[in-house]
Amino acid sequence: MDMPAPDLGVISRKARIVARLRAILPADAVIDALEELRVYECDALTAYRCPPLAAVLPRTTEEVSAVLRVCWEEGVPVVPRGSGTSLAGGAMPTADSVILGVARMNAVIETDYENRFIRVQSGRTNLSVSGAVEAEGFFYAPDPSSQLACAIAGNIAMNSGGAHCLKYGVTTNNLLGVTLVKMDGTVVTLGGPWGDPSGLDLLGVVCGSEGQLGVVTEAWLRILPKPEGARPVLVGFNSNEVAGACVADIIRAGILPVAIEFMDRPCIRATEAFAKAGYPDCEALLIIEVEGSDAEISEQLARIRQIALAHEPVEFREAADEDQAKRIWLGRKSAFGAMGQINDYMCLDGTIPVSSLAHVLKRIGEMSREFGLDVGNVFHAGDGNMHPLILFDANKPGDLERCEAFGAEILKLCVEVGGCLTGEHGVGIEKRDLMAVQFAPEDMEAQMRVKDVFDPKWLLNPAKVFPLGISAVRRAG
Amino acid sequence: MRPTSEAELAEAVAGASGPLLVRGGGTRTLGHAVGEVLETGGLSGVELYEPGALTLVVRAGTALAEVTQVLAGERQRLAFEVPDLRGLLGREGVSTIGGVVASNASGPRRVQVGACRDALLGVRFVDGAGTVVKNGGRVMKNVTGYDLVKLLAGSRGTLGVLSEVSFKVQAQPEAEATLMVEGLDDVAGLAALRAALGSPFDVSGAARHGGRSLIRVEGMAGSVGYRVRELTARIGGEISVVEGEASAALWRQVRDVVPFHTRTGDVWRIATLPTVAAMIVEQLKGEAVWDWGGGLIWLLLDPGRGADVAAAIAGRGHATLVRGQGAPAFPPEAPEVAALVAGVKAKFDPRGILNAGMMG
Repeated sequence: MDMPAPDLGVISRKARIVARLRAILPADAVIDALEELRVYECDALTAYRCPPLAAVLPRTTEEVSAVLRVCWEEGVPVVPRGSGTSLAGGAMPTADSVILGVARMNAVIETDYENRFIRVQSGRTNLSVSGAVEAEGFFYAPDPSSQLACAIAGNIAMNSGGAHCLKYGVTTNNLLGVTLVKMDGTVVTLGGPWGDPSGLDLLGVVCGSEGQLGVVTEAWLRILPKPEGARPVLVGFNSNEVAGACVADIIRAGILPVAIEFMDRPCIRATEAFAKAGYPDCEALLIIEVEGSDAEISEQLARIRQIALAHEPVEFREAADEDQAKRIWLGRKSAFGAMGQINDYMCLDGTIPVSSLAHVLKRIGEMSREFGLDVGNVFHAGDGNMHPLILFDANKPGDLERCEAFGAEILKLCVEVGGCLTGEHGVGIEKRDLMAVQFAPEDMEAQMRVKDVFDPKWLLNPAKVFPLGISAVRRAG
Repeated sequence: MRPTSEAELAEAVAGASGPLLVRGGGTRTLGHAVGEVLETGGLSGVELYEPGALTLVVRAGTALAEVTQVLAGERQRLAFEVPDLRGLLGREGVSTIGGVVASNASGPRRVQVGACRDALLGVRFVDGAGTVVKNGGRVMKNVTGYDLVKLLAGSRGTLGVLSEVSFKVQAQPEAEATLMVEGLDDVAGLAALRAALGSPFDVSGAARHGGRSLIRVEGMAGSVGYRVRELTARIGGEISVVEGEASAALWRQVRDVVPFHTRTGDVWRIATLPTVAAMIVEQLKGEAVWDWGGGLIWLLLDPGRGADVAAAIAGRGHATLVRGQGAPAFPPEAPEVAALVAGVKAKFDPRGILNAGMMG
């Protein structure tokens, strides 16, 4: 993975740039000492690190605007950062860039239960948005697994999903409006609490633009009344094909579970050894969760049982109480940790049509043998969003490169069967150089033109998303 | 011009010597644009349909009726409940799926499942220079690159001419029922809708007209019955329950704004906050069909009330003049937003030939 050579002119002007930032921000909001900048040298893609030129932690939209204006005038690249939980390197800085962290902007501005929205500053964590409305019986639906730590700003930048988006959609489906600051400091409001756009849906393209169009400082989010209850079932199968067919039949029957999670044998075994959730030792395991009142849950589960039993599962386990429900989820929730116990891992995020599931798992198994690296699969089966976890040893020379090559082959396979490179993590730097697998040059050109409009100097998070070769002219200014 | 392939469409746009009036069936076109007519009806047919994956890929000129029929064959549907605006706008013609996407046409179920743009997984389109561009795809979760899918939805042909669209579709529910609530004035009747939407009972429609509030639930039979009972216990007024086809017929009235079909006058479509919906209508003294719990107001007014409408909304939403003259159809954007819109349009259609002036 390459990053562009830093602009030495910018680096040589560090003192002046920092002085200008200090002039517009409180003293504690500008960080320029190398040892303190280490905090910002990477996000959750820890394989790549680089301390930024400086970091700023503004508290208001006005401060964000002032910072961006200075950086725009000075020609300094800016890398926006929520909580730094990106698995794709979306918040990784370059040596000539200023990190703009929104972590101190975490206030709730307004909650409106009758109109069913909440307005927050974008540094607020995902889970604490739900926390703010919980007492009134509401929640914010998108639930990425990093939800305890991740910020709404990053959720919007990456259009984050989660386990429950089969029913509730991803961030873009739950985002009503934003306050956005453009690179030149202009403050723009897109959308609003009523949701419906009056003209072009610019909000729709801002969501998922990976911090390249502007810095979102505030957001209106849809909140939903909490369902009365939820209950999972666990179904084990001795073949991936049959498990896949069972998923398709459930979806086709018109039952809409809130989640259908899938684990394959390597992942089940690793998880069992680690968490001892009592999972059956089988080829494929589904966790299906439905919501509603007790009676509604029973009605749905009866139908699911009927469908599943027709596929002759090795196990069908219904949670009879809260404790059993927790045990069913325990293994799934420990899966990443369990794999991490075995070795370092890389988590992929390609999406495939559900109909290709068995074929893709078989090919991944074959490739695993070719590359000599183990892989476990745990993913959101209802929507085809895979999470292959490739195990490697970071201390073994060449292992990371082999792992990345294996990962690239899996993602190419996802595209080949009609899917995409990333379902919920984003492109960042991780999948940047694979974009041409999915898109023709004119497809990427159309996307880059949107950035040209929002950020004509290409200063916002510039070395991400698009392969460096095709963005070079624009980044050169 | 009526191209029959994407390549022909691209040639037609690239070779255009002047403005183009892009349309599917012209059944929901708003605003004013002039130019040589470019129809997409020749780009027709289902490309791929996987009922087990809830995925449909279809050429943009395909008739909406054909899409509906194909999905119904597998007991599925487009979740966002496409309005048929022919009766309201006095149009003839065949609505196309591309026109649905280009206008982000979304009906009552939007309160539960989102708009057309939320069900749209991918697009192929020809931009103003005649270049074919694809974005999104056919899978439900996709964050690869910028989401031009949302940008194209509702862009009314001003950024590109759609050639293919893909959707996440929905299984038809086993049962549906509607609570008809009478005996409440508009303020109380709209409050009842908000209460229903704020409940855990997964309401899929919340509308009001003719002194009657309508609350719909859909799903498995037992669940529908349960939710009807729970909602009845919580909502005031005189409640009767309508099921099945009779319920569906009620919602077609709301979806297509049938009460205004035979009435004269301007029709405004106002998106706003549900809690101010009653106040806006009271101030303007018009006749209303409320949908989305009050978040959408179809308002019948005498001609020439544009300034009054803007004053009544007072920044809490926006209004589109869907039927009538004397005001631009689309409201002006704030200057900094208008600059972005103009910039994006200039990038996608550098010659300014696609439905020029249609969206203001």
